[in-house]
Amino acid sequence: MSGTLENTVKDICRSHSNDRTRMMDIVREVQARFKCVSSEAMDVIAAAVGTHRVEVESVVSFYTYLSEKPKGKVVIRLCNDIIDKMHGVERVAQAFSDALGIKFGETTPDGTISLEYTPCIGLCDQAPAALINDVPVTDLHRSIARQIVADLKKHMDPKRLVHRLGDGNNAHELVQSMVVNNIRTEGPMVLSPVNRGEAIKQALAISPVEVIRAVKTARLRGRGGAGFPTGMKWEFTRAATGEEKYVICNADEGEPGTFKDRVILTERPDRVFAGMTIAGYAIGAKTGIVYLRGEYAYLRPYLEHVLERRRNDGLLGQNVGGKEGFNFDIVIQMGAGAYICGEETALISSCEGLRGDPKNRPPFPAQKGYLDCPTVVNNVETLCCVTKILERGPGAFNEYGSQGSAGTKLLSISGDCKLPGVYELPFGIKLSEVLKQAGAEDAIAVQVGGASGAMVAPNEFERTICFDDLATGGAIMVFGPERNVLEVADYFLDFFIEESCGYCTPCRVGNVLLKERLDRILAGHGEPADLDYLQDLGETIKTTSRCGLGQTSPNPVLTTLKNFRSAYEALVKERDDGLQPSFDLSEAVGDAEQIAGHKSVHAD
Amino acid sequence: MAKPKVATTSLCGCFGCHMSLLDIDDRILKLVELIEFHKSPINDIKKFTARCAIGLIEGGCCNDENVHVLQDFRKNCDILISVGDCAIMGGIPAMRNTIPLKECLEEAYLNGPTVYNPSGQIPNDPEIPLLLKQVYPCNEVVKIDYHLPGCPPPADTIWEALVALLTDKPVDLPYELIKYD
Repeated sequence: MSGTLENTVKDICRSHSNDRTRMMDIVREVQARFKCVSSEAMDVIAAAVGTHRVEVESVVSFYTYLSEKPKGKVVIRLCNDIIDKMHGVERVAQAFSDALGIKFGETTPDGTISLEYTPCIGLCDQAPAALINDVPVTDLHRSIARQIVADLKKHMDPKRLVHRLGDGNNAHELVQSMVVNNIRTEGPMVLSPVNRGEAIKQALAISPVEVIRAVKTARLRGRGGAGFPTGMKWEFTRAATGEEKYVICNADEGEPGTFKDRVILTERPDRVFAGMTIAGYAIGAKTGIVYLRGEYAYLRPYLEHVLERRRNDGLLGQNVGGKEGFNFDIVIQMGAGAYICGEETALISSCEGLRGDPKNRPPFPAQKGYLDCPTVVNNVETLCCVTKILERGPGAFNEYGSQGSAGTKLLSISGDCKLPGVYELPFGIKLSEVLKQAGAEDAIAVQVGGASGAMVAPNEFERTICFDDLATGGAIMVFGPERNVLEVADYFLDFFIEESCGYCTPCRVGNVLLKERLDRILAGHGEPADLDYLQDLGETIKTTSRCGLGQTSPNPVLTTLKNFRSAYEALVKERDDGLQPSFDLSEAVGDAEQIAGHKSVHAD
Repeated sequence: MAKPKVATTSLCGCFGCHMSLLDIDDRILKLVELIEFHKSPINDIKKFTARCAIGLIEGGCCNDENVHVLQDFRKNCDILISVGDCAIMGGIPAMRNTIPLKECLEEAYLNGPTVYNPSGQIPNDPEIPLLLKQVYPCNEVVKIDYHLPGCPPPADTIWEALVALLTDKPVDLPYELIKYD
């Protein structure tokens, strides 16, 4: 083993106190330094933090940003989400591939540049987009791709690829990104201007129990998608016994088509951090963790800067806001490219330095979460709402929205519409109204709630966006007249197959079987009975999967089966020969014919 | 009325399921009162000459001849039953499915540690059926009406299922007959 590698890795481990629960930070740093976490490095890490090598290896093999084999100095991750595909990502991909002379998944022979696909990177409103190391590049087309490769070959510095800066804080000296916010509607809650310190002042003037009561009175429900009442979650966590308690902000916005948290973190991070601080006060926590998805690493220096400013202003640290004995600080934990880590128990596993496997519930995180301590996990947007509730009072919050869904909702709208971007709209708004605002009146289908959500047909466009009707974590993907909804559902299955953690069979195997059968139908080999098969299998996966990923992964198929039945029925037909049309003997025997050098006597 | 005809075949299987069928012992006398065996290795009838009520399929499809036989069964039988794990999901032979065909053949005939093959030839007579690129369970090639799991399914399972089918009664398989761990 080379001495430098061993010493450097040991140093990295030491800088993280040789703490096994800091595994994510350690392996990310090793990866950044050596462009891989090699077998030798894993041994060194395992010895340094006092764990088994397999623990290290299971982490490295789990996250897409980590690799055992060396990657190039620069990694180009091109987003091939459905929205990017609709915007011609295939042509961009070909241009990258041609310019570099390598295929996707490969590294140039000189070891400098790697080319990969990645699922949604939160830039659907400016697709096609890619991450070049941490640097987002947006609105790509072929000539830009060729130019990027030419520039990289010259200077190998992704930062220098940014020739124009986005609006707002995207142009901040610590961000310096070409990403644009595309804020189309700035609502009265989440995106309204921040009055720094006000909410915390109001919160600290009342007791923690009264803070929770205010959140409950405002009828705030979680914005991540599930819609659990936030006040109740806090109450459980406050009541749970544990020496330490934690507040985690779920900024692992991975649902395809969602990008509103990116905009919040760019423009209103103070409101998020204030919400975490208030949550800490309410439940009795000293530490908050922002779990920031790896794709948003470019925002980290700016967010650290905002945190530092809050410390200097006495809004974080000892005796926050002048309140004797209330100590609270926030750290940022980076993710490393895993959709499943948006699921709260998987996110906690990841924070603990493990694979992003979901945990069994009960116990719920409110009882036993991060490091087995009572933990509140809230979405970025939920925490912003908390701040606003404390700032303006619960009444000013729940005067917006509908009875079951108080307040406003940030929607990330993308796809076939004239004005993609972020809209802050009151809950209870009709989908048709949303589409009108986004310039998408000719939509033939809308996926509400991202890949795990529902595909809605025009006859249901009068339904409303709220927890009791069309629930969404924020993603609205619009599909115009030239799109095939079945192909969209098929793409989403690809996504879930890739992102399943593999722990439970219904999700790991079931989604593959769903896709096989759907592909059979798309190839024109389907029969009416296949639709029943999809329905039964989809329901089985939903009922028997362990976490939210599997429990929602069949939704694109099940909702298209329900709302776009005719699209399926047009492709299937009854057959009476008893044969399976999907079986092709000539294809199955082709390899053998080639090896034997003669034709099969049975194949046509 | 003529007795219903039953055909059987072993495709890519080990004949274990057929042995299990013979394990019904003296009940085979009762069986032949109920049915007449048609194309089957049991009586060595090679070709279908009449329509059959039931076809029992052992084994999956590993070569082009298996496919031909199975499709022939589908054409000539009213009801097809996959008997045993190989027919239902490929079974042991399907272990080769992750390995390219060429590598399989080279390991078997050229590189394997116990291979003695001075001519260095991979058998290639036109009479030998050609292997498929993988082993397919029967229901991926033709439609199958019933599945009897087991390796092999116990004689009692086969007996109960056949009698139920032939007497048009619901099949009653106690837990012990379909549990395999």
